[in-house]
Amino acid sequence: MTILIFTIILLLGAYLAGLAGSLTGLGGGVVIIPLLTLVFHVDIRYAIGAALVASIATSSGSASAYVKEGITNIRLGMFLEIATTAGAVGGAILAFYTPVNTVAIIFGVMLIFSATMTLRKKNEAALLQGSKLSYFLKLNSSYPTKEGVVNYNLKNIGGGFSIMALAGVLSGLLGIGSGALKVLAMDSAMRVPFRVSTTTSNFMVGVTAAASAVVYLQRGYIDPGLAFPVIIGVLAGAYTGSKLLMKINVKSLKLIFSIAITLIAINMIYNGFNHKF
Amino acid sequence: MKAIKKVTDYDMQQLIGQVLRYGVLISGAVAIIGGILYLFQQGAGVPNYTTFNGEPKGYTSIGGIAKGLGSGSATEIIQLGVLILIATPIIRIVFSLFSFALERDKLYVGITLIVLTIIMLSTFGGLKI
Repeated sequence: MTILIFTIILLLGAYLAGLAGSLTGLGGGVVIIPLLTLVFHVDIRYAIGAALVASIATSSGSASAYVKEGITNIRLGMFLEIATTAGAVGGAILAFYTPVNTVAIIFGVMLIFSATMTLRKKNEAALLQGSKLSYFLKLNSSYPTKEGVVNYNLKNIGGGFSIMALAGVLSGLLGIGSGALKVLAMDSAMRVPFRVSTTTSNFMVGVTAAASAVVYLQRGYIDPGLAFPVIIGVLAGAYTGSKLLMKINVKSLKLIFSIAITLIAINMIYNGFNHKF
Repeated sequence: MKAIKKVTDYDMQQLIGQVLRYGVLISGAVAIIGGILYLFQQGAGVPNYTTFNGEPKGYTSIGGIAKGLGSGSATEIIQLGVLILIATPIIRIVFSLFSFALERDKLYVGITLIVLTIIMLSTFGGLKI
């Protein structure tokens, strides 16, 4: 196989990864790592570098639209980015001391968790009374819906902040956006309405990934030959996904994708235990 | 006399949206240019990613990438695209910092500065180990 053919196949794979990631809300990085390691037998460290780049591309690409519409809670994102960036830098340092097979196993577990999270019931209700800290930090806000502007309040800021720190560590260690954990922190702990939590999570992924990407870049994990098809493919896929999202019902698609992701995850864990990485 | 416009959250949202959009578009365009050149230069070669060697020095620092660009290296153009992509969210933070400052939101100027400091430490702190 020549570099030309390899690049074309990778471009198509990255396109599908971006498409699937955007339709299910899992993000592009999640599919890039198994694609590179299991299909192309790329070393997982190069795969992590490429996935980080993919995460930043999808986050920035889609966040721009949501931010302009005023759905994203910028103050909440900014405040929680203290936890995710600190965690991400920690995770990137931790990655240096973690054996690659262990990284693969943790990645597999995280995949299964993410797949389960996409199928869970969503929090749509807006909280009427926020906690003291939420007022002090000016985190309570409003967002536009079809029925008009909805005001919402937050609680359990400390709990959400802690889960975010963990999300940051995993993001730095595995090179993914860990959007599933971010949504868990905002939805379940802080009671942020679903639309706001997904878009704010997406908004934060770029900064979180950038915090560890600078470490990975200096460590030589980001290869131009992989980065170029991955950036272009994932961006194009995510763009198609965002257009398709308005037209199709993604419920059954999410179920199929979650099952596929779980099978891939089991494969990653199995290979990790057998030291195949 | 025209009244001085007060900076609001709405202005910040539009500004941040634009920064993210153009950052991604520019980095994508640079990566495509570098990528096409790269395929012309090395497309016939054989990919080798099964063993991890780490990228050579020229690809891992701003100085190295700038030097490589001078010699017309296609892979260095791609790395420049990657750099722009990584810089986009960081520039977004800098813009938020200015917006919060103009809104006189001291608390969030402080919070934004903390995030920026963490990223700067990560970038220039020699954490590559």
